[in-house]
Amino acid sequence: MKILLPAGLSALLLIGLCFLCSAQSKPEKTEPASVYSELEKAPAKFRAKANPLLKDKDAAAAGKVLFEEHCAECHGENAMGSKKAPSLRAKEVQEVPPGTLFWILTNGIVRKGMPVWSKLPEPQRWQLVSYVQSLGPAETTENKAPAKP
Amino acid sequence: MSLSPLPHLHLLLLGTLLSLTGTGLLVAQENPYIVAYDHNLEEPGNLEVEYFSTFGTQRGGPNFHAFWSEFEYGATAWWTTELYLSGQTTFGDSTVFTGYRWENRVRPLKNEHWINPVLYVEFEDINGADKILKEVVGHDVESDFLTPNGEARREKKREAELKLILSSNYKGWNFTENTIAEKNLTNSPWEFGYALGASRALTLKGAAQKCNFCLQHFIAGVEMYGGLGDRYHFGLHETSHYLAPGLVWNLPSGWTFKIEPTVGLNDNSHQFLLRWGASYEIAGFAQKVSQLFKGKSE
Repeated sequence: MKILLPAGLSALLLIGLCFLCSAQSKPEKTEPASVYSELEKAPAKFRAKANPLLKDKDAAAAGKVLFEEHCAECHGENAMGSKKAPSLRAKEVQEVPPGTLFWILTNGIVRKGMPVWSKLPEPQRWQLVSYVQSLGPAETTENKAPAKP
Repeated sequence: MSLSPLPHLHLLLLGTLLSLTGTGLLVAQENPYIVAYDHNLEEPGNLEVEYFSTFGTQRGGPNFHAFWSEFEYGATAWWTTELYLSGQTTFGDSTVFTGYRWENRVRPLKNEHWINPVLYVEFEDINGADKILKEVVGHDVESDFLTPNGEARREKKREAELKLILSSNYKGWNFTENTIAEKNLTNSPWEFGYALGASRALTLKGAAQKCNFCLQHFIAGVEMYGGLGDRYHFGLHETSHYLAPGLVWNLPSGWTFKIEPTVGLNDNSHQFLLRWGASYEIAGFAQKVSQLFKGKSE
C-alpha cells in the first residue's frame, strides 16, 4: 500500500502532464491579421518612450545574448518565428516605436501565450528591444500564416 | 539512525527526468525566495525540476534534514501548476516520506501593474512528520518537531492552503507579500501566516558576452515569514518567525542554485535553518513530450 500510493500519484502526474502537453502543442486558431494587433494596444505613454540605450554600443550585443537565453526557444534563433511564436523580423514589429516593444515585453500577451518579462530588469528589456530592432525586417512564411502571437 | 535511500531516490528521479528530456537553452530568472512567491510564473510549456534541502537545528531533540522535489509546469502564461514530494531525516531517528502537495498559481490580470496579484491554491496530503517548513502558519512552533517520526507519521494532514500573492517589480527590485490561510480539512480552524520578500539582481544590465559569473545572473534578497495564529487566536502569541537572506545563481545553461541561511526570530522558532536548492528548467518540455507520443518530429 505504501508503494501503491506514490506509484499511483506518479501515474496521475504523467497522465496530467500528457494532457497538459497535448493542450500546449495545439496551436490556437488565430486570424492571421490579428497576430500583430497587440502592438497597437500599447498606450501612448509607452509608445512615446525613447530607448534609453540608443547610444550604448553594447546594447544590441547584450540583447542578442538575452534573446538567445530567453526568447529564441519560441521566436527562433534568428527571430524569424516558429510554430510557437511569430517572427519578430516582420515589418509590423520592426517599424513600431521601441517603446511599443518594451511595453509588450513588460506586459506579455498572457492570454495568447506570451509570458510577462517584467522579471527582467528594465535595462535588459531595453537591450532586447535594441537587438530585435537592429535585425531589420525580413519576409518569412511565419509572417504570412503564424500559429499564434 | 536508520539509513534510507529516500533523498537519493529524489535525486535519481530528477536525474533520470533530465537525461530523458535533452536540453533546450532557457535561462530561469528565479528570485532567491524559498518560502515567499512572487508574481512571475513558469513560461508556458516549460518544466522546472527542483530539489531543495533544509537542515534544521532542534532544541530539546535531534536536528533534522528535510528535503523535497518540485515539478513546476507552465500550463499557460497565466497558470502554473506544481507537484511536491517531500521527506525528512531526523538524526538518530529515521528517514520518512512525508507526503505530497499539489499547488496552482493563477494570474488573474493580463497586464503588469504596480502591484500584481496572483491567486494560489494548494492541496496537501502530508503526515505529522513533515518538516520542510515550506510555509509557517497558525501556532507552528519548534517543539512540534519533537515527536518521534514513528509516532508523528501516523498523523494524517489533508490541508487546503490559499495564498494571496501581491508582488511588484520596480527599478530592478522585486517586492512581494504573501498572505496565507490554511485549513486542515478535518474540523480544525483556519490558520494564518505571512511571507514577505525583497530582492534585486546584483547588476541590472546584461553583459555583451555569454558568461556564467556575470553579476546579472546573481540575485540577492531577503525574506521573512511566520505564523499569525488561527481563527480563534489571531495574532503573534505562540507563533514562530524567521528571517532569511538568500542568494540565487541563474546559470545560462538552465541550472539555478539557491542558498538561504535562516535564523529564528523568537523562542518558538528553530534557531537556525540552512536551506539550499538546485533546479533545472527544461524549455519546450510540452513539445518534447508530445513529439515522443507522436513518434515524429514536427
